[in-house]
Formats: sequence, C-alpha cells, structure tokens
Amino acid sequence: MEKVEAILYGSRWKGFLGFIALICLLPFFISSQYIFTLFILIGIYCIVTIGLSLLIGYAGQISIGHAAFFGIGAYVSGVLTAKHDMSPWLAMGIGMIATFLIAYMIGMQVLKLKGHILALATIAINIIVYILLVGLSDITGGASGLIGIPNLSLFGLELGNQLHYYFLVWAFVFLVILFSTNIIRSNVGRVLRSIHDSEIGTETLGVNVTKYKIAIFALSAMYASLAGSLYAHYINFIAPPTFNVSFSILLLVMVMVGGVHSIWGAMIGTAAIMFLNEVIRFVGHTVFNISGEVEIVVYGLIIVVVMIFMPKGLIGVLDIRGKFAIKSAAKKNVASEKGV
Amino acid sequence: MGNLLEVKNLTKKFGGVTAVNDVSFQVGEGEIVAVIGPNGAGKTTLFNMISSFIQPTVGEVLFKDQKLTGKKIFDLAPLGISRTFQNLQIFSNMTVLENVMMGTSVKLKTNVFSAGFRLPVVKRDESKAYQAAYKVLEMMQLTHLMHEQAGQLSYGQQKKVEFARAIVYDPALIMLDEPMAGLNDAETNTMAGYISDLKKKGHSFLFVEHKMATIMQIADRIVVLDFGTKIAEGTPEEIQKNEKVISAYLGEEAI
Repeated sequence: MEKVEAILYGSRWKGFLGFIALICLLPFFISSQYIFTLFILIGIYCIVTIGLSLLIGYAGQISIGHAAFFGIGAYVSGVLTAKHDMSPWLAMGIGMIATFLIAYMIGMQVLKLKGHILALATIAINIIVYILLVGLSDITGGASGLIGIPNLSLFGLELGNQLHYYFLVWAFVFLVILFSTNIIRSNVGRVLRSIHDSEIGTETLGVNVTKYKIAIFALSAMYASLAGSLYAHYINFIAPPTFNVSFSILLLVMVMVGGVHSIWGAMIGTAAIMFLNEVIRFVGHTVFNISGEVEIVVYGLIIVVVMIFMPKGLIGVLDIRGKFAIKSAAKKNVASEKGV
Repeated sequence: MGNLLEVKNLTKKFGGVTAVNDVSFQVGEGEIVAVIGPNGAGKTTLFNMISSFIQPTVGEVLFKDQKLTGKKIFDLAPLGISRTFQNLQIFSNMTVLENVMMGTSVKLKTNVFSAGFRLPVVKRDESKAYQAAYKVLEMMQLTHLMHEQAGQLSYGQQKKVEFARAIVYDPALIMLDEPMAGLNDAETNTMAGYISDLKKKGHSFLFVEHKMATIMQIADRIVVLDFGTKIAEGTPEEIQKNEKVISAYLGEEAI
C-alpha cells in the first residue's frame, strides 16, 4: 500500500542515473567544438520537445506554434539584459512567467478547437508573434535582430565556456524531466492520458478537461520560454527568422520521430533530427551543391516514413521491453491509430 | 424515501422531430428505476438530457432539489451523479487500475503544479485513489486484471471496468446506459448482483436496458417510453400487465 507509485509505474531512478551518467561522460569523448555546440542545442531543444510530448503525446492536443513561445522567452531575456542591463536569471524568470500567462490566455481561446483547426490556430499564433518580433523594431531590433545579449554567469562563474554551458543546459533538462515525470506519475498524468483516450469519459468523471488542456499548454509554453532564454544567452544574438513556423514544424518532427508518448522518446527524436540535420546540410552542400534550407525538404518525407513504419517513433523501436515509455502506452498500438 | 432525482416535463425537439415529449418521473433514495422502450423511443436522449450532455428544449431536472439543467457535464460528478455509456468510454490505453483510479478524480486535489513539485498532497491523493480503486476491484473480482490494458480486455470485462470506475467515488445516483448489453447470462447476473448490493448500501440507480428478465428482477420501478412519450410507470408487476406496454412492444410479451 505504501508505494502506490511503484505499483503503477515502477521505478524511474534507473533511467535518471543512466541519463546523468551519459551527460557526465559525453564531454570525455567529444573533442570537437562543433559537436559540443550541437549537444548544447540538443539540450535546449529537448526542453521544448519534452513540453510538446506532454501536450501532444499525453494530452492529445497539437501545437505548431511553440517556436513563438521559444521566441518570446528569447526576446524577453534578450531585451531585458541587452537593453536594460537586468540580471539574466531574473529576465529568464520574467520570460517564463510572462509566457505562461500569455499561453494561458491564448489557450483559453484556442483549446476550444480540435484537431486540424487547432493546428491551424497555433500556426496563426506563431505567425502573429513572428510579425510582432519583426514589427516592434524599437523594442526587438526588428529584422536585423538583437545583438549584445550577455552570457549567463552563476556564482561569479562566467558560463561563456562551452563545457560550463553544456552542464548548465543539461541540468535544466534534468529539472524539466523531473518536473514532467512528477506530473506524468500522478493523477494529473492519468487525466492527461484519459483526455487522449476519451474526452467525454473524462468529463463524466467530474474533470474539467479544458482546464487541464490549458494548464498543460501553458506549461509546455513555459518550457519553450526557458529554452528560448537559454538559447539567447548561448548564441548572444537573436533574430526573428529563428522563431518562424518552420522551427515549430522542426520541433514537431523531432517529437514525432522520437515517439510522442514518451518524454525520453521526444529527447531521442530531438538528438536524432539534430544530427540528421547536420548530415543533410553537409551532403546537400558538398554533394549536391545546394545551399539554403535543404533539410526542410526532407522533413516531409521523414514524417511520412515515420508515421507508416514506426508510428510509436524511435522509442517504440528501441523499447522492446517497454521500459522507457509509459507502461500503458508502450504495450499497445491503439494510440498511434488515432494519429496525432 | 425522499426524491433524489426529479425529472420534470422534459422535452427535446431536434428540428421537427420530438425525440422526448413531456416526460416526468422521480428516482427516490436507494431506489432502482429502469427506463425501457422499443428502439428509438428516446431513452438515450432522455439519459443525455439528465446527465447534461444535451440541453432540453423544455423542462428541467432537479437533483436533491438543485437544478441540473444548464450545468456542464463535469459539474455532475461532484454532486454525486455518475454514468456509464452504451458504447463504452473507458480509457483503452490505460491499465484497469488506472481507469478505476480515474474515477476518484473528483475527490483529489492534485493540480499540475502540486504534481510537478510533488507536494505532500500528491502522495495522499495517490494512496487515497489507489485504496478506493483496489477496494472496488476486489469487490468486482478484477484484481487479477488490474495491470492489464483496459483496451485489451473482453467486452464484458470492459463493461465491468466502466462500472467500477462509475461507482468508485461513492456517488449517490448511478446512471447506467444499457449495462447488460452484450453480456452473456452469467455476466448479466453478476452485474445485476452488483447493482442490488449497491442498492442495499444506499445508492440509487437509473438505467436503460433491454433485458427484460433482469429488469423485472432488480428494478423497483419501471418507466416505459414509446415515441418519446411516457406511456406507463409502475412496479415490474404492474408494467407486465399494462396493455399499452404490451402493444408498444408489438405483442412481444414482456417476460
């Protein structure tokens, strides 16, 4: 009777230990600065895709607009630190709270919609935010971007150093995983999954489904905002095109390739797509001599292939014993039949 | 015996069609009331109006003297009304245990942030939900299936899971939409047994069903609908002798 959580979901500490060990060991094997940068970006994007996994895989709602919230986080951090000399940590917190509130208000309206219409509405949000970022040039610096965003520092330790920033980003990823698995392994997690299976059934049990959808939408937006701030302080320069709809689609591809029903899947997908991205760019550039956004062409193909051959994503293929994914989603294909 | 549920002059028109016409009846505390009628008589429409899924064109529903008409679907469970569905609304990707635990949501206080920060309330809620669910699963002899995916069970077992989920939080009124449909005789009898047992504990039931033998056996009162209108109401004995009812079923004899 004591360990209800263990009875329902087993232990998660093995997964955590594996994760921590992997993160600590990686720097010993990576010598190239280029790969290191990639791992920092993977960490940053993982924070967004974990949130998307909660929203898409657990609650069954879709968003093709999370680049907007990533952008809001990045710009709040960027503007407050570069133009107003605010402490980056404070700016980051303000960005997260602001994004949460904005997403909450948007969610109240948008989450009344379902399926494709919801997807279109979230694209619209992304486009609106993008236009504002370009248009409010007095504040945001407009199309030419915002320069001079300072590095983060922690207890006087400047985190401009790649290795330091790598650990900082992945520490945040760990906190996000901890927070998210706490949610998944509680009644709230069950409510989210039940919404996915039967909204009517959930409401009949006295659950205000809309309230939960909005809360998880706002939470995932807050994660995106955190990631945006970390991005801004890492790259030190931000410009509107980064936060366009194509980035939202990229995030969606990451989650779908990895497997929406598991936050570990979302992370694996993020890493896989990031590496693939680099390969495509390299091959496109050197072999086919194309420049520009070649990778976007490949995404469509990837989505089709993934949906047909591995609807549960990479995690579904790797996860033969059902260890990573949530037990219930791992065992059966039903969820994937419904699509996203 | 006070009136728990009062249905007053309920009417529902879909365009020119009157699906339910001026139906009134009551469900007393600790009473089992069955709604019967030929196919298309408006039973499910009536059910959906009572459980706030659709709003009536005319009339109102009172529960413990409180007006239900106009309330949201999720407002009903906190008042103590739960329902099941003819075409099952279980959570097929969740385990049986999780399904039944979901039924306790009304009594839990965990929200997204208390769950994320794992405040003490979460642990209390989890063990409360687990213990309540386990008790019901034990009563319904489902404990051996509790870690199975609900979607993988047989139809009869799924019906049991949905029933367990509806009763787990101790609601005053349980509305069942064809609880025995698709069950074999043994399963039907077990289900009837659960209903009678719960009645003894003070729960009230309102249910729609086609299996006459079971209805006659467990119902205290029967409301008969035909073409949306109430044509009869009474004890099983009275209904069996009622000529209107017999002709509504086209001479088909109610056993």
